[in-house]
Amino acid sequence: MSMPESKIRAVIVDDEELARQVVRELLSTHSEIEIVAECGNGFEAVKAVTELKPDLLFLDIQMPKLDGFEVLELIGTNMAIVFATAYDQHALRAFEVHAVDYLLKPFGADRFEQSLARAKQRIGGKLPEPSELKASTRAAGEYAERIVVRDGTRVHIIPVTKLDYAEAQDDYVALASEGKKHLKQQTISGVESSLDPARFLRIHRSYLVNLERVAKIEPYGKDTHLAILNDGTRLPVSRSGYGRLRAVLDQKG
Amino acid sequence: MHPILGYPRRLAIYLFAWLTLSELLFYLITYHSGVGWLDAGIFFFPLSIFYGFVCLSAWYSCRGIPIEGTSFAGLIGPHLLAAILVSFFWVATAKAFARVLGHFERFRGAPERVANITQLLLIIGILLYLLAVALFYVILAQEESREAEQRAMHAGILARDAELRALKAQVNPHFLFNSLHSISALTSTDPKRAREMCIALADFLRSTLGLGEKELIPLEEELSLIHSFLAVEKIRFGARLQMEEQVDKDVLDCMVPPLILQPLVENAVSHGIANLTEGGWIRLHAGYDDQRSSVSIQVENSFDPEAPARRKSGVGLANVRRRIDTRYGNNASFSVEKNGERFHVGMLLPVEKKPVPA
Repeated sequence: MSMPESKIRAVIVDDEELARQVVRELLSTHSEIEIVAECGNGFEAVKAVTELKPDLLFLDIQMPKLDGFEVLELIGTNMAIVFATAYDQHALRAFEVHAVDYLLKPFGADRFEQSLARAKQRIGGKLPEPSELKASTRAAGEYAERIVVRDGTRVHIIPVTKLDYAEAQDDYVALASEGKKHLKQQTISGVESSLDPARFLRIHRSYLVNLERVAKIEPYGKDTHLAILNDGTRLPVSRSGYGRLRAVLDQKG
Repeated sequence: MHPILGYPRRLAIYLFAWLTLSELLFYLITYHSGVGWLDAGIFFFPLSIFYGFVCLSAWYSCRGIPIEGTSFAGLIGPHLLAAILVSFFWVATAKAFARVLGHFERFRGAPERVANITQLLLIIGILLYLLAVALFYVILAQEESREAEQRAMHAGILARDAELRALKAQVNPHFLFNSLHSISALTSTDPKRAREMCIALADFLRSTLGLGEKELIPLEEELSLIHSFLAVEKIRFGARLQMEEQVDKDVLDCMVPPLILQPLVENAVSHGIANLTEGGWIRLHAGYDDQRSSVSIQVENSFDPEAPARRKSGVGLANVRRRIDTRYGNNASFSVEKNGERFHVGMLLPVEKKPVPA
């Protein structure tokens, strides 16, 4: 076995001190691994991972502030991720985000060693590194209730009820909420697919609107229209977007 | 829905019985006045049917005046008044009908004959109406007992359901797994606390055993169940979990359905405390309400309104609400309130004291 040149840097994320202690203890026999941070909630995890860029992440799923998947959505998956949770129902989602392993609490040293071995393989580059987290890590018929956005090491949580519209901007999406715009590195189609289509509608190649915010639609130019939102914002509506919008609004009566 | 009008088959039986009875009566009346039975039959047939329908209206007044909780006078008075009025109306109709029939040769003397027996008709009309009243009260009583039976059956099913779910919920696998994980953490660093936690977990599991069979338990027992549950959670969450309890000693011997509070406390932990980085508090308050007619129990906890949604939230609450509804109906109340960062569940249960052992 070839030793890595530098130590593997690990971050442990779990809201329960005793659970972190288990991982810490099981790692203590591995001198090649260095624990660079321990986090008790999702915000701390985002901050620590952004700043420290660890190789290995032990991640609980149900935590205060942000759950494990939301954390990954913000920090990406360019590291080996080992989930550790008492819940087995998230295993499928864990595979979709290319987790190295899914440890079910309580776990012992043997099982942990297996995870570690797999993680080292991933870190050694023997397993393909996923490039981007898929937005479809959600069960069918289930839509996001909130969108998490990272601004440096800070995290904003936007409940979808407070999202006015989304605007595509190159590689980013600008999410307009309560008079502010939050940039997120995602495609507008990705945002669209995570939201309930009964509440959000793509009115333009670059615009996704919260239907509750639409106050009126005005003709604009030859083939296009403008959607005027409650706060006066004017958004372009494409021809096909107008058709979709009409269909929905007519249905609502 | 009207118990007779609403069902064609019942209506047919009702009208048939009605016709037989009334035609017989009228035949007896007219027999003495020398009218042939055929003529009497022809005359009274439409009148009987008509009156039969009129008397169906007694259902509404019967439903409006329940036998239970109404004085004798309050019961007889309105119905008798109604009987007299309806009968008058009917006799007037009979007279009008007789006048119409009087135009025909065969029924020439009909108006006079009817006039001769006005009093008798009135009395019969009143009696028939009262008979209908009696019939409807029988139907009402029957419906009530069937409903009670159904309610009892429903309650039984729900209780068994709750028992099963309670067993599942109590030995909530995630609660167990997380606790075991904590114990495994403690075994190397703090064996003494690991043992304490094992014992607390065992205490809790033991106290939930066999609870499903009991319909009611003293509040004291439910509280000790909560204490052993919290003893486990306290080791898991440490200082993050703050519990405050304010229980009136007088209500400790009041009977409550088993596992009616524990799910609320478990909710407070998993949806409140577990989502708060700095931890939070749970407050439990139990005592009499102002009139001392109900036991008031409140469970309050802090929570993060922006916490990520956890699956299955609200199922435990809905369960408790349903169990209270089925068991106590309108005699109890249950409320859930979200107020900023405070989650409040309150219930008012009727006072039932622990039976003194003989």
